[in-house]
Formats: sequence, C-alpha cells, structure tokens
Amino acid sequence: MGLVDRGRLPKPLTTLFNLGRSYSLWVYQWGLACCAIEMGAAFGSPRYDVMRLGVIPLPASPRQADLVVISGTVTDKMAPVIRRLYEQMPEPKYVISMGSCANCGGPYWDSYSVTKGVDQIIPVDVYVPGCPPRPEALLEGIVLLQQRIKNEDMGARWRGEGTKSMDASVDAAEIAERRGETVVVQ
Amino acid sequence: MTMLGDRQQLSYIASQAADARLNLELETEGMTLNIGPQHPATHGTLRIIARLDGEQVVWAEPACGYMHRGYEKLTEVRTFPQVTTLVNRIDWLGSFANEVPFILAAEKLMGVEAPTRAQYIRTILFELSRIANVSLFLGDLGVQLGAITPVFLAFRDREYVLNLIESATGGRFHPNFDRIGGLKDDLPAGWIDETRAVMKKLRSFCDQIEDLLFGNEIFQSRTRGIGVIPRDVALQYGLSGANLRASGVDWDLRRDQTLPMVWDKADWKVWTHPDGDSFARCWVRLQETRESTKIVDQLLGAIPSGPVMAKVPKIIKVPEGEAWVSTENPLGEMGYYVVSRGDLGPFRVKIRSASFNNISITPWLLRGVYVPDIVTILASLYFILGDIDR
Amino acid sequence: MPPKSPNGEVRQLSSSSETTTPVVDLEREQMLEAIELSLGDAFVDSHLKPGDDLWIRVRTDSWLGSVQKLRDHHSFDYFGFLSAIDWMPSPYGRGEDDPTEPAPVRDTTIRSGYAGGDTRMQVFIRLVNSKTHLGITVKVDVADSSPSVESLITIFAGANWHERETHEMFGIDFVGHNDLRNMYLPVDFEGHPLRKDFPLLARMVKPWPGIVDVEPLPGGDEEDSAEVKASAQSKDSDAS
Repeated sequence: MGLVDRGRLPKPLTTLFNLGRSYSLWVYQWGLACCAIEMGAAFGSPRYDVMRLGVIPLPASPRQADLVVISGTVTDKMAPVIRRLYEQMPEPKYVISMGSCANCGGPYWDSYSVTKGVDQIIPVDVYVPGCPPRPEALLEGIVLLQQRIKNEDMGARWRGEGTKSMDASVDAAEIAERRGETVVVQ
Repeated sequence: MTMLGDRQQLSYIASQAADARLNLELETEGMTLNIGPQHPATHGTLRIIARLDGEQVVWAEPACGYMHRGYEKLTEVRTFPQVTTLVNRIDWLGSFANEVPFILAAEKLMGVEAPTRAQYIRTILFELSRIANVSLFLGDLGVQLGAITPVFLAFRDREYVLNLIESATGGRFHPNFDRIGGLKDDLPAGWIDETRAVMKKLRSFCDQIEDLLFGNEIFQSRTRGIGVIPRDVALQYGLSGANLRASGVDWDLRRDQTLPMVWDKADWKVWTHPDGDSFARCWVRLQETRESTKIVDQLLGAIPSGPVMAKVPKIIKVPEGEAWVSTENPLGEMGYYVVSRGDLGPFRVKIRSASFNNISITPWLLRGVYVPDIVTILASLYFILGDIDR
Repeated sequence: MPPKSPNGEVRQLSSSSETTTPVVDLEREQMLEAIELSLGDAFVDSHLKPGDDLWIRVRTDSWLGSVQKLRDHHSFDYFGFLSAIDWMPSPYGRGEDDPTEPAPVRDTTIRSGYAGGDTRMQVFIRLVNSKTHLGITVKVDVADSSPSVESLITIFAGANWHERETHEMFGIDFVGHNDLRNMYLPVDFEGHPLRKDFPLLARMVKPWPGIVDVEPLPGGDEEDSAEVKASAQSKDSDAS
C-alpha cells in the first residue's frame, strides 16, 4: 500500500494488522527432542489444544510458517540446519525457544557437541523455561508472544529492525497487569 | 493373527521387478533424495540419504548425529544420582524405563537390593512407561501412513498415563524417580484404583486402534510384505524388542533373565509373529501394549507393604567393579555397562541403546523398496532419536 | 525363593548378602572351560562372577578368529554391542578445578578391570547365545602407539556402525572396515571425545560447584542433610 515502507502508519491500521497477525500464527511443525513431545501434546492433543489461541500447527514447510518453536537440544551438527530453515521463513517471523536445552544448553551445558542455546544462531522472541515445560507453559509463552506482537511497530519491522521494534517496557506492564502483580517502572 | 500370504508377497516382488525393467528401458538417471533432518515423517532429526532410480531406492543410508549430546562423556563427570537425571532423556517417551537398568547395575555393584515394595512399584512404573511410549507409536504409525485420526486418540489416551506417572513421581516426563536402593517416594493415596481405571481405558484404546488401523485394507497393503527381516539377519544386527519377536525369535528379557524386578509374579504371554514384515512389527507392539496393561493390573493387586528405600549411605560411592544390566525397554533391549572405580561417579558408562542396533539394519533393508516404503519401514522399526544418537 | 532360569536350573543371585555359602554357577563354568579349550592360546584371561556374568580376554592378533569361534562353535549368535574403554584416569578429574588456580597433578596410572589388561585402551564386545540367553563379554587389548584391531563386519554385520562410533570416539582403527566415516560428530571435528585426555571445555572455563544440596532420604532426618551440606562445602576436589 505504500504506507508501510514510507513509515507513516496510522495507529488503527497498525492495531488491526497486529491483531490479525497475532491471532493467526502458523507454527512450523518441527521438534528436535523431548520438548517436541510436549509441543506435540500442546498442538495435537485435545486437552491442551493450541488452535483455540489461533495458532495453527499445520505447515510442514518453513516457507508457509510465521512461528517456529525450537523445542529440544540444538547440537553443533544441527545448528547450520536451523539457520537455513530460519532463513527460509518469510518475514515477519517469530521464534519461541522452548525448554532449557534451547534456552541455554540445559542439562548438557558441558557437552562437546551441544550448542549452548539457540539464541547463538537465531534471534529469539520468547524463552519458555522447563525441562520439559508443561504444555500449559508453552501456551503461556505463545500468549506472551501474542502480547508482544500486538505492541509491535510495523514500520520498524518492515525496515528490518526485527525484534528491536517490540517495546519491552510495555510488555512488562501488560504482563504484570494480567497476572495481578505490581510492576516497578524504572 | 493372519500370516502374510504368498500371493501378496509375490505381487510385491513382481511389481519391483517390473519397475526395474522399466527403469532399464527408459535409461533413467539416478537421483539423490535427502529426507530430513527436518521432516514430518521422521521421528526427530534423522537424515536419510537415498539414491533413487525412478521410484525405487538403490541404496539408502541414515546419517545420524544430529541429536548427539555426548552422554557417555557426560556421565564421567557426573555423580551417580546426577547420571540418573541425565539418563532419563535418552528414550524420551518412556523415560522411567531408562533409569532402571542403570540403577540396577549400580545396585549390583554395591550389593544392595531394593525392598520388595520398591521392586513392585518399579515394575509397574516401567510397564506404564512402556504403555505411554507404545501408545504414541500406534498413533504416529497412522500419521506416517497418512491417517491423521489415530494420533489424536493416542495423545488423548496417553495423557491419562502421564497423569498417573505425574501423580506418583512429580513429572510427566523425565520422572527421575529411581534411586540407588529404591525409590524416592511412596505412592500417593488412591493411585492404585486410578491406575486400574486407566488401564481399562488403555485396553479400549488398543481395541480402537486395532479396528481403525490394523483392520484397514490400505494399512494392510502398505505394510504386509514390506521390509521383511529374516531371523538370522535380525540376530546378526542385534535387533531387539518387538523387531526381533516379529521375526519369529521368542526372546523377551523380562522372562529370560533374572533381575530384582517382579515380572515373574504376573502371568503374561510373549507375543511373536513369524513373518518379519512391517505389519508383524506393528502388530506385535499392539499386542504387547495390551499385555502390559494386564501385567499392571495383576501387579497392582499384589503390592506388599513396607519401605521403599533400602539402607544406603547418604553420599553414594559405588565400589570398584564392572556390571552389565539390560532390560526389555519399550524400544528394545537397553543396557548399561557401568565401570566404577569407587568414586562418586562412574568411570565409564557404555549405553547400549536399542534403536542404534535397530536402525543399523536400514542400509541393508532399504535396498529395492519404493520411496513411500522408506517411511513405512522406519515407522515400523520404531526408534527414538535420543536412543540412536545418545 | 531363588529365581529360576528358563531351562529350569536354579540360580542364586550373587548380590544377596544373606548367603554365606559360595555360589556355584555350573552353566557358566562349563561354558568357560569349553571356550578355554577351543580358543587355545588365543585365550589370555577370564573373570567369572557366579550367577552374574562372564568376562574373557583374548589376544589382539587373534581377535577375528576368536569371535568367529565363539559364534560358530559356542552359538553366541546375537550381537549385543561393541565399544571401547580408556583405562587411564582423567587428568582433569571430575571437571571441578578452579580455573584461576594452577592445575593439580593427578595420578594417571592405568589400572585395568575384570580379566586384566596390558594397554591403555581395550575394545570389548558383548555376545549372547540366543538359545540359552547366556551372555559373554570379550575384551581385547589395543596397542597404545597406533591403536588398531581387526574389524568384525565379516562375522557380525551389525558391528559396522558400532565400529564407526568407536573409531570416532576413541581413535581406534578397525582393519578391514573400509568405511570408517564419522557416525555422530560433524566431519570437521578434531579429536576423539571419549578419550580421557579430551577435556570438556565448558567445565574448564566455569567449574561445576560440586554438591550443594542433597535432598533428605524418605524417613531421613533434616540434620543429616545439613551435615552433608557442611561437609560438601568444606570438601576439596575428591578425584585423586
């Protein structure tokens, strides 16, 4: 439309697009290790149904996905594969790092063949801790991601500023409000 | 139990021969197809490099190592209780079953035996992890052949078993419940009745899958006669578990060796199948799951009262020695060769994982099959990547 | 009640602490005698744990011949696994050294396990008889200077992958195996990880703090765990 690349976006339009984008995330079907089973339980099991959040776990190809959940240990042999698959995803794309292996190497922090955290390779938006995190924890991670997307600056993202366009202080306030806590603004 | 008909086998061989003749006439060039490491059909990060001639595979070879986490090196710098935590994550679907052979090996070296109540609970949790593991296999089997419904049934019914394991051990997966000398804790109140109810549900799940999947003629034509493994080849490659029993070898480590576990207190049957094809392997696993539910029911009625932990020192130092213990895990024979030097942790642990041997047969097995059969054969061999790559 | 083996013979578990009489394992003793006879001077040493397991060690240059005899004459037709052990104690201990202190000197004398050993590394293999379900562990020494041993792929096809893995982890060459590619590690990986002198770099940079808390055993007292905490904090590196 020309508005986005000129950087002049009216607020209602951004809100509308962000709302639409956050509630129609398509998750790329990819699991590495044990966390993949909990991810499968979150996506495929009727109990922790993820489709009610608008997240559809159908695409098996990165070319049609918005979101990838790196679930499981990232080894040094697998790292270039992850990078290539991440680059095959079209913008705007989001990454959730699930489990302690993907966050920081996890129980294999001292291994000779494990990459200590997937954020060494690709930028991560949300970290979900746990070994493995319960499916409910992954769902909370997805809800947090949706909050971030709703506060996203589309112009900045179009210009390629990626995750820096998400305003962290706004997230903290919203998250705290949702949880009923008080937040100290610095 | 119906056996593979000669007619079905001959028709498959005839179609392969016809295809090969056509490839020769058309002078097709070979193509190298790379399946994985990301692929919805592989159980994780397995990469298969297949050289094709038309639709037929000339040779295929799995490239492993995408999930290699260096377990054997890590165990050398961990203490014995820490190794239990680590070892849970090898076969990540039936996690409790991974801890048991290691704990038994350490107990063998220390000369302690867990009290009887702990042995009963260990065996029950072991069988529950087998049921959790194989019920996912039955669901996944459908997905890999193109039937999407069974996987939802599998995940739904698996949740019941995971709830049971969670209420007893605190973790759905990776319970880390076994300790040298017994278990961490006793069972919660009401667990036994709940387990009985869940076993009924699992039996009806097995019946549903049998009707839905095994009775389906598409399933039958896609699995009968595909990937036949003769008995002597299975022994040479060290296949184990249902893969071995489906080739007609009557061998079940629960029955054929003496361990401080209580499988001999229940009355159960070992299932074999003479065909050795993909259908046989899937069928044997289904029957074994049902049999596991019966074992659990019988053992539940017979748990004695008593302590769940033997007298062991607070800081465990296992005396010097070497021990080998292997058990009939959900995937096959899993064993630990533990070398100890009287230290806080092991000197060397060799982890013999079932899937490594099970998948080592694929270069031999996948010659001459069609491309969709690669997925069928791998689905029927059933592996977990953590088990192959450790 | 003592457990019964599948062919009806009563076996005692040697780990039971109540038995005072020595346990006799006729089946394994007869097997050991027959093996010693047929292997002749290829047989070097053995260790029998009654009711438990049997270990034998054979001469390095007769590795292939011995395993073939075990398969053909003694019906050990099931291939369990093949791997290696590096008997040198690790010069890095348990990876708990403080990187700011000078590295402690550790005792690295080589002490072998069951059935003895004369070299730093040994290849061992587990075979099982599929009829009687008795297993045997066979060890063989591997020369220190250029470790190599014959490949078993002509006898057991399943040894292929196991030998590849042992080669990349220990650096042992298998003569006759024409395809010793890396199994698990990337192609450009340097070093052989499972050798004891291969350090885990993450532990070199940031040492593991040691045991910091021990959960009390069921039925144990709270004071015991506090005692352990105190002793853990004052303990030095215990790998000496």
